[in-house]
Amino acid sequence: MSNILVAKEVSKQFGNHIALNKVSLEIPKNSIYGLLGPNGAGKTTLIRIINQIIYPDQGEIYFDGKPLQPHHISMIGYLPEERGLYKSMKVGEQALYLAQLKGLSKADAKSRLKYWFDRLEIGDWWNKKIQELSKGMAQKIQFIVTVLHEPKLLIFDEPFSGFDPINANLIKDEILELRDKGTTIIFSTHRMESVEELCEYIALIHKSEKLLDGKLSDIKKAYKNNIYKVGLGVQSANGLLADLKDKFNILSSEYVDGGIQLNFTVQLPSDDTGPFLSHLSGKANVNNFTETIPSANDIFIRTVQTK
Amino acid sequence: MGKLSLIIKREYLAKVRNKSFVVMTFLSPILMVGMVVLIVYLTKINDNEIRTIAVLNESNYFSTDFQGTESASFVRMRDIDLEAAKDSIQKMGFYGLLYIPDEPDLEKVASRSIFYTKDSPGSSILDNLENVFEDRLRLRRLQELGVSVSDFESVGNNFEINTANFSGEQNLKGITEIKAFIGGAFGYLIMMFIIIYGGFVMRSVIEEKTTRIIEVIISSVKPFQLMLGKIIGTSLAGVTQFAIWIISAILMFGVLILVFDIDPSGLNSGASNAPGLVGGAAYMAASDSAIQLYANELFRIPWVMLISFFLIYFILGYLIYSSIYAAIGAAVDNETDTQQFIFPIILPLMLAIYVGFFSVFNNPHGPIAVAFSLFPLTSPIVMLMRLPGGIGEGGVPIWEVAVSILLLIVTFIGIVWLAAKIYRVGILMYGKKPSYRDLFKWLKY
Repeated sequence: MSNILVAKEVSKQFGNHIALNKVSLEIPKNSIYGLLGPNGAGKTTLIRIINQIIYPDQGEIYFDGKPLQPHHISMIGYLPEERGLYKSMKVGEQALYLAQLKGLSKADAKSRLKYWFDRLEIGDWWNKKIQELSKGMAQKIQFIVTVLHEPKLLIFDEPFSGFDPINANLIKDEILELRDKGTTIIFSTHRMESVEELCEYIALIHKSEKLLDGKLSDIKKAYKNNIYKVGLGVQSANGLLADLKDKFNILSSEYVDGGIQLNFTVQLPSDDTGPFLSHLSGKANVNNFTETIPSANDIFIRTVQTK
Repeated sequence: MGKLSLIIKREYLAKVRNKSFVVMTFLSPILMVGMVVLIVYLTKINDNEIRTIAVLNESNYFSTDFQGTESASFVRMRDIDLEAAKDSIQKMGFYGLLYIPDEPDLEKVASRSIFYTKDSPGSSILDNLENVFEDRLRLRRLQELGVSVSDFESVGNNFEINTANFSGEQNLKGITEIKAFIGGAFGYLIMMFIIIYGGFVMRSVIEEKTTRIIEVIISSVKPFQLMLGKIIGTSLAGVTQFAIWIISAILMFGVLILVFDIDPSGLNSGASNAPGLVGGAAYMAASDSAIQLYANELFRIPWVMLISFFLIYFILGYLIYSSIYAAIGAAVDNETDTQQFIFPIILPLMLAIYVGFFSVFNNPHGPIAVAFSLFPLTSPIVMLMRLPGGIGEGGVPIWEVAVSILLLIVTFIGIVWLAAKIYRVGILMYGKKPSYRDLFKWLKY
């Protein structure tokens, strides 16, 4: 599978502050890629470099296999974290202007805008001024303007901030549909849980450095440590727990429901659950048995701590 | 280029459609003409006030000399002593009392005469009185010398040296000032344009920062393109506004002069000092033919050359200053933070105007005039004040014009480059009021 965007050892320094330190990324085509990290980690700097707003001190960026060039701007759609519109300009006029700046012809921009305005049911806003719209409404316009020129790569910096839940869902669905049509999407966020469900690939950035990256499922596999949550139905508090503690690494345990339910977490030596389950059989009813899969947040915290 | 023209168009329309801009465009000429009308009106009121002056003449002279004029009327008093006269004129509300004592000869009478007023008297009244004494004294001396008045006038006392340049063309006195004044008008125009529309550019940049649209735009176009488009768009709006102002001002003045029958020369009265009684006729005759000469000289001013240079200096000077304004707008978050940066911009502009009006008027090709017409931040204004004198022999040396324009172009490139760097960094900086040190650091980003 080929990559839409490759960053090789990209570094950027502002005065004495190192914003990015040799960050390398490979963003596969037609995927949703999460760029995760706390505020100030360097995500926005990286995104601005991809958008050619600023230029790296060292390192290279390749877009679709070729070194990044000014004309690639028309193939990238960018919704910045700090986003706004001209207050006193009319919605339609403004959308047309921004679309034309991305290289669309006026007629083209007009017909596509009509399509999107109808799709998001905001057709009657065309002649309104931005200052008459609510923040959420303005965000819809910004979303449309970002995707209008059908870019190959879409970059959203904190896309859901400012949206109410209904509009956030609407936009999420639109994003998934764009992905299905072949667009690659980069999400940048510090709220890891919100984008985890969407992202196929992630990269964690912390203090200007990339800590880890790859397919989310692979990362989770690598970071899971065979910890299982087990719920056993027991007759009464008997010697079972002591027996288990003797044979397995029980991390925590408690009796609930008046002593007829034993909940505990156990770390197994490998991901082969056979020996553990067969040890239990006949001794107790297994009411539930789930593997605890680390969240991106857990992985992130662990990675930062082990560094 | 397509993107640049899109930006220019948007900036132009955004400016031209702005309500306050429209109001200013159409209100300003009305205000301007209104001001002039008001000034003329007030001046007329001032002139129309007739002051009554009492004359207590105890001498044998001046019995018929004090005749009423436009601004003063005279009341003769007799058979009353000075103190009583002072009292009574205060009671009667007269402007002043001229006391002429009884002395044996005219010289003494004149030197002992006193003009009493409540407050210190206006200069036009004093001139009026002094002229009477001067004329009388002059006639008296002429009589003593045995010269008749007509002889004296035929001698001609108003001599002005004729001046010419080396190629023999006659120069007119004062024409240098007139030429510098024409250049000064051009220079002043440039300064006003820079201050007004540079400010517009700055505010427009701040607006893009505060609405946070800036990052959306510069992900589509280069910051430099945006800055350039903004400057050009705003200046085109400015040119439109100036054109409307000039045309409507001319129209309104035309209408006013026709309707109210204002004498245009009345606007600059006071400039010509009223000549004395004697020799006045000669002066008038001389000035009549002089007007013809001045008119000729004005036609000889190389207008085509002047206007082409005006355009060159205007465009380069405006681009330099407005890109500094754009950089300032990018560096700050709101207009209140701009003051510390604006002052150093206004300074060279003011300096240029003052140097122009004081130094260039006195000596268009003196060392200070030359220096300031070469220094790029003042040359657009100062050089334009020198240029109406022509280029080459008798005017501004060709090398000075060349060096001045060359320096201006080099500065233009340098400043725009620096401003673009500050602009590029500044538009993405929020929440911090930058110092000059910060700006310097940004240059290295």
